[in-house]
Amino acid sequence: MDYVIAFLTGGAICGVCQIFLDKTKWMPGRIMTGLVVLGAVLGALGIYEPFAEWAGSGATVPLLGFGNLLFKGVKDGMSEKGFLGIFTGGFTAGAAGICAALVFSYLASLIFKPKMR
Amino acid sequence: MKTGKASIKFEKPPCIIGAASVVGKKEGDGPLGACFDQVEEDDKFGMDSWEMAESECQKRTFLAAVQDAQLADGRKPDFLFAGDLLNQLSASSFGLLDFQIPLLGLYGACSTMGEAMGMAAAFVAGGMADTAAAIASSHFAGAQKQFRFPLEYGNQRPYAATWTVTGSGSVIIASHPSVARCSEKLRPYAYITGVTIGKIVDYGVKDSTNMGAVMAPAAADTILQHLQDMGRRAQDYDKIITGDLGTVGQTILIDLLSKNGVDISGNHMDCGIEIYDAQSQDTHAGGSGCGCSAAVLCGHVLKKLLVGQWEKVLFVPTGALFSPVSFNEGQNIPGIAHAVVLEAAQ
Repeated sequence: MDYVIAFLTGGAICGVCQIFLDKTKWMPGRIMTGLVVLGAVLGALGIYEPFAEWAGSGATVPLLGFGNLLFKGVKDGMSEKGFLGIFTGGFTAGAAGICAALVFSYLASLIFKPKMR
Repeated sequence: MKTGKASIKFEKPPCIIGAASVVGKKEGDGPLGACFDQVEEDDKFGMDSWEMAESECQKRTFLAAVQDAQLADGRKPDFLFAGDLLNQLSASSFGLLDFQIPLLGLYGACSTMGEAMGMAAAFVAGGMADTAAAIASSHFAGAQKQFRFPLEYGNQRPYAATWTVTGSGSVIIASHPSVARCSEKLRPYAYITGVTIGKIVDYGVKDSTNMGAVMAPAAADTILQHLQDMGRRAQDYDKIITGDLGTVGQTILIDLLSKNGVDISGNHMDCGIEIYDAQSQDTHAGGSGCGCSAAVLCGHVLKKLLVGQWEKVLFVPTGALFSPVSFNEGQNIPGIAHAVVLEAAQ
């Protein structure tokens, strides 16, 4: 059941984004940053955490989850380090995701050659 | 001789004595595939990067055009007029480096072929050169990286988007059909009897994925100016051939012109629509890029003029004048179009 819920919620988020891509003139970059900002706002309002507990990976894997993670990181950073935590918290919490993206992109660029589509 | 506001009529019309087109695999698979001189199966043209591939494509096109012109004793054109879509015209600079021919690099976005042909024709007609070459190229992957997103980013393409043509076209323009050539009897493809230089037209469009809407007003402006300057009607031409408006831009162009009392619905042709089969090749609105109009002109249009199937055509390549920086800073995307009159040899 967990898998089904994760699949459906994650898919619903992507579906909404696809509607934005098709029906508005927003560029993909704007929609992506919009998701991160919205995730952080929903996290700050205390809405995203209960949602993520219910939906699991369906809520944490899309960019909304990254926004929420950044907010959580900043909150935790502030309670540990005070003012400095505002600057360090987000990246500390997001470190695994950001670093994994860099490392795997690098590995992919070593193995694969770019192709036309 | 200047005619009207923005046109030039050549008293001694220069002629096109050589032409060549080289395209990529997708273009070779399209409806005009058989018309092109070379179809390269390798998207990288045997090189290491997309940018080098475009340079290689341009180099091959120029060589083939020179060969086609059958110039005497290994002569080369006196001057080169070349352009592409990459930053600082790097595809032309590296592609034409080896030839050591005086070069004038031109940027007219996708209208470059018209600009280059107009300049080369004016040089030759003015007696400043016996021969001159015009070359333009584009590469799908290079253009995506330059103007939108690198392919590796994997973004989706909206339906109004066009597909940048991988390819290049080159013509050799001479003051007389037999000048500098190995035989007196060679026929030219066509004569360039006039040009109309386009001006920048800004309709306030900001959508970089809908180039048809950007360029159609520029094409309409240039065509109207041309007809007025030359005192002609649209029906005087067998074809009015725009560069890369695509299906979206074609509708806008025909609409804009009909509001001005000019009907080109019967004799309009767009290189971007002709070069791909939109249904089976998933290209959405059509082809685009400097290489689109250049390759279709050299591979298709000039051959129709050579065999006399068409007698007089107006070639109007269209360009969108923006840079990634101007676009990201929120500026409008203006368009430009240049018109070249091509007449079959009698």
